[in-house]
Amino acid sequence: MESTAVTQHAHYLNVRYGLRSWLLTTDHKRIALLYLVSITFFFFVGGVAATLMRLELMTPQGDLVQSETYNRLFTMHGIIMIFFFLIPSIPAVLGNFLVPLMIGARDLAFPRINLLSWYVFDLGGVFTLVALIAGGVDTGWTFYTPYSTVYSNGYVVLTVVGAFITGFSSILTALNFVVTIHTMRAPGLTWFRLPLFLWSLYATSIIIILGTPVLAISLVLVGVERIFHVGIFDPTLGGDPVLFQHLFWFYSHPAVYIMVLPSMGVVSELITCFARKRPFGYTFIAFSSIAIAVLGFFVWGHHMFVSSQSVYASMVFSFLSMLVAIPSAVKVFNWTATLYKGAIAYDAPLLYALGFIGLFTMGGLTGIFLAALAVDVHVTDTYFVVAHFHYIMVGGTVMAYLGGIHYWWPKISGRLYPEGWAKFAALLVFVGFNLTFFPQYVLGYLGMPRRYHTYPDEFQVLNVMSSAGASILALGYVIPLVYLLWSLRYSPLAGPNPWGATGLEWQTPSPPPTDNFAVTPVVTQPPYAYDTQEEEAPVG
Amino acid sequence: MESFFRLFPEQASTIAARVDGLYTFLLGVAVFFSGLIFLLILYFAIKYRRRPGHTRAQQVGTHNLLEAAWILIPLAIAMVVFVWGARLYAMVMLSPPADALEVYAIGKQWMWKFQHPGGQREIDTLHVPVGYPVKMTMTSQDAIHSFYVPAFRIKMDVVPGRYTTIWFEASKPGVYHLFCAEYCGTNHSRMLGQVIALPPTQYQEWLRSNREVEPMAAAGARLFQQMGCAMCHDAASLAPTLVGVFGSPVTLATGDTVLADEGYMRESILDPRAKLVAGYAPIMPTFQGQLSEEELTQLVAYIKSLAPKPAGGG
Repeated sequence: MESTAVTQHAHYLNVRYGLRSWLLTTDHKRIALLYLVSITFFFFVGGVAATLMRLELMTPQGDLVQSETYNRLFTMHGIIMIFFFLIPSIPAVLGNFLVPLMIGARDLAFPRINLLSWYVFDLGGVFTLVALIAGGVDTGWTFYTPYSTVYSNGYVVLTVVGAFITGFSSILTALNFVVTIHTMRAPGLTWFRLPLFLWSLYATSIIIILGTPVLAISLVLVGVERIFHVGIFDPTLGGDPVLFQHLFWFYSHPAVYIMVLPSMGVVSELITCFARKRPFGYTFIAFSSIAIAVLGFFVWGHHMFVSSQSVYASMVFSFLSMLVAIPSAVKVFNWTATLYKGAIAYDAPLLYALGFIGLFTMGGLTGIFLAALAVDVHVTDTYFVVAHFHYIMVGGTVMAYLGGIHYWWPKISGRLYPEGWAKFAALLVFVGFNLTFFPQYVLGYLGMPRRYHTYPDEFQVLNVMSSAGASILALGYVIPLVYLLWSLRYSPLAGPNPWGATGLEWQTPSPPPTDNFAVTPVVTQPPYAYDTQEEEAPVG
Repeated sequence: MESFFRLFPEQASTIAARVDGLYTFLLGVAVFFSGLIFLLILYFAIKYRRRPGHTRAQQVGTHNLLEAAWILIPLAIAMVVFVWGARLYAMVMLSPPADALEVYAIGKQWMWKFQHPGGQREIDTLHVPVGYPVKMTMTSQDAIHSFYVPAFRIKMDVVPGRYTTIWFEASKPGVYHLFCAEYCGTNHSRMLGQVIALPPTQYQEWLRSNREVEPMAAAGARLFQQMGCAMCHDAASLAPTLVGVFGSPVTLATGDTVLADEGYMRESILDPRAKLVAGYAPIMPTFQGQLSEEELTQLVAYIKSLAPKPAGGG
């Protein structure tokens, strides 16, 4: 039987045991798991903050927590979810695990830098958690000046240092990916034979390398003004408060693409595999990632249409923001067309991928609303924006992340996950998500500003709906945590390629041996060559 | 209340219906495209599900014409939305009608202070007449705030260290929410106010009932003497005369030209050397720290009143 063969082979998990073997590992697969543990922890910390907020917002009055506390909750929710979960999620976990496997390499180009990046990440996390435990910070994740540099009485500097340090871990990971993809591809693996996941990670890495230093500089300037009272942003010292917004969004808008591009890559893998299809328009999907990465750097001013930025600058930013929507639309159309004439099996990863397309489409289309100047004047800084970016970053990124975790779980753990539970959780997440965030679009157009601890009575019904949905969503996130842990011990063994997928990562045992491949694979085919597969796809 | 299940806030300004028009168009676009994607996925999902007898996909080549169509059609729609949105935005953000009533607003943690040219002061409540354009000139004493009236579909950040402006014309009498929309600290969500739109006759009555106050320009004229501005600016040899300067182009020592608007007035009082008028020595002292934001608006109102062609209203 195959299963006995699998249990006997030496792989990256059983090659050595003990804490030391994990903390000093340079194996990209183990580092991916270290990241998985770290970001899962942060996801649930950020989730607790969100839960308390949704409970508070059940009633118009402030009755569960004080305003100061509420402001600290949404700040921590934003900082933790963005810097410590969403940005590292797919790149640092799935990317770390898969980049070498997908290109037929033994590891990333710089394995020790890879380990360093995890330590740097956790160091930044420690600073942020210390700030949280010491009393928190109330600036919002955006750190707008002069509030953050003059008026806030939270632990701004500590938090900023945390985010600053963590930025270097993404830079290190991104550098590692770029160098690895350039130099370590297996013989025959040309650029246009790369899985689309790698195109999207490559584009993401470029954004991280170019954008993150700007965020680091902006955060340093916040610290400098707050501690030394050097006039940079504070107008009473001769500074310009709006300058900070330019610097901040120059990174933080591209950061949205850092969060969503990898998820697009995951979705391309899932759809092709479960439809047994080559992607419709491979080059269009690949180049739309690059187009998003490039255009994404020129649209930051669309966060500032009412900031007192020049009217004509706003028009240019609006125009460019319209353009950046097009490559995303191209991807959605191509994914849909990929299903055409496929042989589609509805395993949980595909459910997540289809959920992603639905939610991302709605998030993307409402992005056009926000790029349309006069509509943005009304809805910016309201719940409409909150709903929009949650559709992109939670509906999009988290759906794809969970889809990817399920899809590659057999490769990562060597075991299958329980399919019934996984389908149920995927459905729960999709329904819960819409119940939570759809009412927020309506709230936003009605005029409810974001970051409001208390609100006028007429907004209560929609807020209660949103909070009720959040309880379903929360359940949808807890269930996979439980059954994935359970599966590590009790699930059947997966075998090397349970999905009958084409990528190189499926041509090595599950879990892979430390060196990934016994013999360096030679690539002779285009990617997603499902038409040349010999065996028939399993009927699901 | 019937307002519990509404999808649109009240339309109470002249541009509200236009913004809603664009929003409705966008909703149509969104429903069409998400519906299209949803139906296609549903159709493919059923028709091409893997089942006994259908286990192999049929590969399809790339179709450049189709790719071009779904690049160009969304692009064309996006361009329509861009132009539509930009024209409305220009209407709201660029020059208000010349006969607009002026109101000065100062945001501070966590309240709104308003002053009308006639001198009437209000806190967290703003009276405006229906059917007349109103121009807000706003600044903040501390963090950034944002002046947001959902029923009017307008919002503008209120930024320390500079004036921002926005205008609107209420179209319907009523009491409307005023929100601070830019997070500004602990009681951000309690920095609420109301805009009371009155029919013109009632608005006149309201102004009259508050008449025993010093008009802004008069307060500014008093400050102009008190702070010693008059010594140089009325002499017109040491400093440029301020009569008729508001709203006109000013040639600077650098050779550049700036428009003498509220922001320029404010900057020239606080940082006189930043944009020095051509032909004058940089002898004016700074008044940074000597004038409150309120006094600054009064001085600005006074200088504006010196214009040979007086702006209407008040």
